[in-house]
Amino acid sequence: MQLIYEKCRARRATRLDPLDVPAAPFPQALRRVQPAELPEVSELDVVRHFTHLSQRNAGVDDRFYPLGSCTMKYNPKATEKAVSHPGFTQLHPHLSSVGAYLSRCQGALALIHELEGLLAEIAGLRAVSLQPIAGAHGELTGALMMAAYHRDRGNTHKKVILVPDSAHGTNPASAAMAGFRVVQVPSNTQGTIDLQRFEDAMTDEVAGIMLTCPNTHGLFEPDIVRIAECAHARGALLYYDGANLNAIIGQCRPGDLGFDVMHYNLHKTFATPHGMGGPGSGPVGVGERLLPYLPGPRVARHGDAYALEMPEKSIGRIAAFFGNFLVAVRAYAYIRSLGDGGLREISRGAVVNANYVHARLKDVYKPAFDGRFMHECLFSATPQAEKGVRALDIAKALLDCGFYAPTVYFPLTVKECLMIEPTETETKETLDAFCDAMIDIARRVDTDPESLRTAPHTTPVGRLDEVKAARELNCARLPCG
Amino acid sequence: MNPEDLKYTEAHEWIGFQKGAYVVGITDFAQEQLGEITHVDLPEVGAKAQQGDPVAAVDSVKAWSEVYAPVSGIVVAVNEALENEPERVNKDPYGAGWFFKMGDVNVADLDALMDAAAYREFLNKQDH
Amino acid sequence: MSWVPMTAADERAMLDVIGVEKTEDLFSAIPTELRMQQWNMPPGMSEMAVLDHVAGFAERNDPRPVCFLGGGYYDHFIPAAVDALAGRSEFYTAYTPYQPECSQGALQAIYEYQTAICRLTEMEFSNASLYDGGTAVFEAATMAARVTGRRRIVVHGSVNPIYRRMLETHTANLDFDLADGDDPADAACVIVQNPSFLGTVCDYSALAERCHAAKALLVLSFYPISLGMLKTPGAMGADIAVAEGQCLGMPLSFGGPYLGIMATRREYVRKMPGRIAGMTVDAAGRRGFVLTLQTREQHIRREKAMSNICSNQALCALRALLYLSLVGKEGLRETAEACHAKAEYLKGRLRFVEILNDGPTFNEFSVRLPRHADEVVAAMLDRGFYAGLPLAALGVGGPCDLLIAVTEKRTRAQLDAFAAALEEISCS
Repeated sequence: MQLIYEKCRARRATRLDPLDVPAAPFPQALRRVQPAELPEVSELDVVRHFTHLSQRNAGVDDRFYPLGSCTMKYNPKATEKAVSHPGFTQLHPHLSSVGAYLSRCQGALALIHELEGLLAEIAGLRAVSLQPIAGAHGELTGALMMAAYHRDRGNTHKKVILVPDSAHGTNPASAAMAGFRVVQVPSNTQGTIDLQRFEDAMTDEVAGIMLTCPNTHGLFEPDIVRIAECAHARGALLYYDGANLNAIIGQCRPGDLGFDVMHYNLHKTFATPHGMGGPGSGPVGVGERLLPYLPGPRVARHGDAYALEMPEKSIGRIAAFFGNFLVAVRAYAYIRSLGDGGLREISRGAVVNANYVHARLKDVYKPAFDGRFMHECLFSATPQAEKGVRALDIAKALLDCGFYAPTVYFPLTVKECLMIEPTETETKETLDAFCDAMIDIARRVDTDPESLRTAPHTTPVGRLDEVKAARELNCARLPCG
Repeated sequence: MNPEDLKYTEAHEWIGFQKGAYVVGITDFAQEQLGEITHVDLPEVGAKAQQGDPVAAVDSVKAWSEVYAPVSGIVVAVNEALENEPERVNKDPYGAGWFFKMGDVNVADLDALMDAAAYREFLNKQDH
Repeated sequence: MSWVPMTAADERAMLDVIGVEKTEDLFSAIPTELRMQQWNMPPGMSEMAVLDHVAGFAERNDPRPVCFLGGGYYDHFIPAAVDALAGRSEFYTAYTPYQPECSQGALQAIYEYQTAICRLTEMEFSNASLYDGGTAVFEAATMAARVTGRRRIVVHGSVNPIYRRMLETHTANLDFDLADGDDPADAACVIVQNPSFLGTVCDYSALAERCHAAKALLVLSFYPISLGMLKTPGAMGADIAVAEGQCLGMPLSFGGPYLGIMATRREYVRKMPGRIAGMTVDAAGRRGFVLTLQTREQHIRREKAMSNICSNQALCALRALLYLSLVGKEGLRETAEACHAKAEYLKGRLRFVEILNDGPTFNEFSVRLPRHADEVVAAMLDRGFYAGLPLAALGVGGPCDLLIAVTEKRTRAQLDAFAAALEEISCS
């Protein structure tokens, strides 16, 4: 397909009305010399170009998307409609900066307040801030709150964050970005935290531990209570990475498990669209210990009116305003749609679906662990790899079958990992079709491995030369000359 | 496979005395583990390094790895050809794919390193 | 409501295959004493009810007053095709393009977005986007620290005070030395903004030279629409150009989602955070696009990554690309010229106030009113105007100082009515 820049013929797609004020002089020295070489195309050119691009892109709306750890569930259309109201979209953020304007954004402040309350209740925590803009940004916010907590107590020696080896890469990266040293805790052969090694690592230097539960192996940490007690006994805090909240929502709550702070991925558990990688949203919730440190300003309710307050010990602004507000509106509409009963159904559906896929595939693919998976199931394609067909080949072959691929090669703790997260919004028929395709691919490992190694065959392009991309670094079409 | 006249580290660097300087690179095993190499970050000439300091780094498409100084010393030359042809590391890890040269080396540090036979043994153990 | 399609018959059949009696059994790993009994959660709602309920919040907001508010976030026109195309669910329901063969739409769009940003800024490399303008400034500061090995970050007075506060929050536990001014000595970078937060346009070329002489980087925060007219970050010698991209097709949305723009020079691209798309070919020689330089990122380098960022604002980057494609080369210039001309016209009508800018302005300027700005903007609400941003609210001006922004959407009639109302209210 051509680039939009290759379609330029000095055409125009939009025009302004003729200028209704006099043209104004401006110093030549402060002007750009050449106009930016942006596309010069008609509106229909733009519409066709991007419609064609969309047809070369797979989303949840057109296929099963079992991308492990990403919770690619259906994004309800009502939530899209709910945010399109001009009372949300056309609201200037600085209305919240000026006392005189606060009366004009009471609905937005009320919604933020309500959603923060619902999220706190869902996790069994005291309070929530919607400021963090994405999951990783929520992790950073949480780590900064932990740092402020320890600074406040003179715990200058607490410079270490413990992270399991199965953790998302964002956990160690966020801890490092917040100024901590990262120490990795190994998993045991059952795929959960090695309690002995954890206790050994739990020195006085440890400021906190970041955990996902269920972890990225899809397994609930059986020693979670002990881990929490041990951390708290040494003055460390417990951070919950909400990436896998979908597995336990309505069944148990991070706050009740002993966690002090967490982030929520609204784009996972709360069904807001992933948008090809963003915008997401990563609100943070805190228990008693970190309550004073939440980012501010915070929305406070006084009778029927909403105002803004900066908590005394707040870490300050982590975002310019209230995070990705429109994403929050979608999540609010989703939570209110489901309510008590619907929210509990999420985890039940997600866990039944994942266990069903596991049950149907466990004799054909090697389960990564023996325990009971929760919302996702992991396989190791090492037996297939020994026959020359790697996890990557299986992923690519699935694309030819009309499915998106599972997550592959993550977590790093499982060799040739295939990580399948079906989510609760898929039907049994879809899961059966997917399992049938996986079983057929396993058969082809023996009968026709070459077709797997060269897959996909039906996509707009075949496997791409990533080495060439990295060596040549052609990352923009710069104008000639 | 691993030249007999070199010394090796557990992080898969090699070091050897050639034409008046200590030359450092990564082993054939290391380049194979990384896959096709897309970029090499080299130290500045004149940089001082203690044994075990990260002084260079190497990228493939899916992996990134630091290269540590096998001994203490000063970087006296770097292989500038790797800038445009990082694939030299894959093709000829013990020759044209060398990384940097060290001078003013603490020769005693060499004693802690493995010889070719010990490194072969080390690799065999890694397999399991 | 529920979007779980599982019927009772499905559940039974699936549990039989799994080999358990009931769904509860699948949660047996959670210790019984930790199972949740009660929570305070309202019952669910139908689609009809929830839409009504959420609209109730929207109706308690007031987007009707004519907007002269700016301060980094602007009321620009958004062509209808932006919503129509960004609203295609092949785009918005997709994840990060991990499987490039069936994500070429997203990847090519990112490549075209990167191209648009490079052409707009006259820089060599753009990433696929960051969260927003404020976090982009923070990422630029840490990037400069990586490049230079220094920890001193100098923030110029031209920078949005909200970005300055975000920088303080984000670096609170890093051993960074945040300083004010423009002295590049021993600094990782000097951060400036053009036009300044108060609206003044400058040429930072000389500062870029001073930075480079001191081996510091110049980070320039720019206003994308203004580059339809203004000298670019690339032409000034900036090393990292960052921006809030909201003005490129993102509705104001009470603060987000927005778009963080970042571009840099070739020599620093390997130190840049965020995703980057690159062009390549498949085995048959067909052109295609992949995410490249991934070894900079957290999923590979973990605690040694350039940043913890995982997502980008891809859908917002797509909106910016759509906006720039629809407005086009000529249209961006026209839009910028219109913003400037209308702002100058309004300035000319405000003879009764003192203009605070000490140089030319683009579409936004600061004035000192004869009365407290808070009282004036409150009274202007009744006349149907969001009259601007009282600067004292952000701690960067006196009680009578007001920041006024004008976009291409404002008509001459609106400008005349605004000027008349402002004169009447502030001089009464």
